[in-house]
Amino acid sequence: MRILAVPGSLRRDSHNRRLLRAATALLPPDIEVVEFDGLKAIPPFDEDDESSPGAAVDAWRAAIDSADGLLFATPEYNSSIPGWLKNAVDWASRPFSDTVLRNKPAAVIGASTSMFGAVWAQAELRKALGAAGARVVDLELPVPNAEEAFNDDGALLETEQEEALRGILVELRDYAERHAAAKAAAAAG
Amino acid sequence: MSSPEATLTDLPVGTWTVDAVHSSANFAVKHMIVATFRGRFDAIDGSLTVNEDGSARLVGLVKTGSIVVKDENLQGHLGSPDFFDTERFPEIKFESTSIRRTGDELVLDGQLTIKDKTHPVEATGTISGPAITLGDAEKIGLTLETVIDRTQFGLEWNAPLPKGGFALENDVTLTVELELVKS
Repeated sequence: MRILAVPGSLRRDSHNRRLLRAATALLPPDIEVVEFDGLKAIPPFDEDDESSPGAAVDAWRAAIDSADGLLFATPEYNSSIPGWLKNAVDWASRPFSDTVLRNKPAAVIGASTSMFGAVWAQAELRKALGAAGARVVDLELPVPNAEEAFNDDGALLETEQEEALRGILVELRDYAERHAAAKAAAAAG
Repeated sequence: MSSPEATLTDLPVGTWTVDAVHSSANFAVKHMIVATFRGRFDAIDGSLTVNEDGSARLVGLVKTGSIVVKDENLQGHLGSPDFFDTERFPEIKFESTSIRRTGDELVLDGQLTIKDKTHPVEATGTISGPAITLGDAEKIGLTLETVIDRTQFGLEWNAPLPKGGFALENDVTLTVELELVKS
């Protein structure tokens, strides 16, 4: 099984990358986690470009298509998700009748340096992914004060947060297994 | 508990199978407060079994993946987990528990299952026939309608409107127009 981990921050050492890596460490070794690092290269969505969106969009869609599940970690900018992250969801959602996001299992977690832990951004990203057709885990993990949230090994310091993260990953894995089984059954005819 | 086969009068005895090409399953829901939005399911199946003792049972199946609306983007959304979730719930099922006939008028009670949620519904409509048609095929026609609260069946998506109200009403009218051929 393959999980595509998508950091919503572009910054190399972002807290949300750390959060994704903390999540990865909790997953069993039989799950392959691939981190997507191409959001910055995705151009602004423009219907005029839909017939030839370019390599960055192709890579993004292919990464989603080849994954059994998606794990997003989003920061929060002005009480919402970063523009490039929404832009990436918009590209992936097109054409809507045949989007790679259709039925794709997805979970959203998030960290911020504020006291709210990107909780609004997570809600907005869940909403956008659901509207695009994804099967979204209806759970959240707000990690506030992110600069103090991890130990030297990159794990979450708060036990409750780690348990919540485990719960989200269990749900995502269950969704992904059922999705993979449904795809296999459909392919078998 | 309701019997799956209820006594009725004057329904033509036999096993009557839905002619899917000449039958339809449609839905209608209030959209943007003022209008009625309609769609349909193309893949339908079903049968009416009427026994010599007058008992009868109607069973109908609809493939959720066969939903058709005018906008292909909306069609995709309707198949997604927000709505019918066709990957996990490929079928809608109706099974009658009683059928009552007065003249050409019908009243059916039954169990409707959408997204693995089953609730009782009452449908009303008409029956026509039987008639001998091309190739000596004996046919009857049924038209049935019911109104459901879609939220009871896990179809809860909605969008608030800026000035109040919601994009979709919860009440949805389901209508089937069935041409059935005697087996």
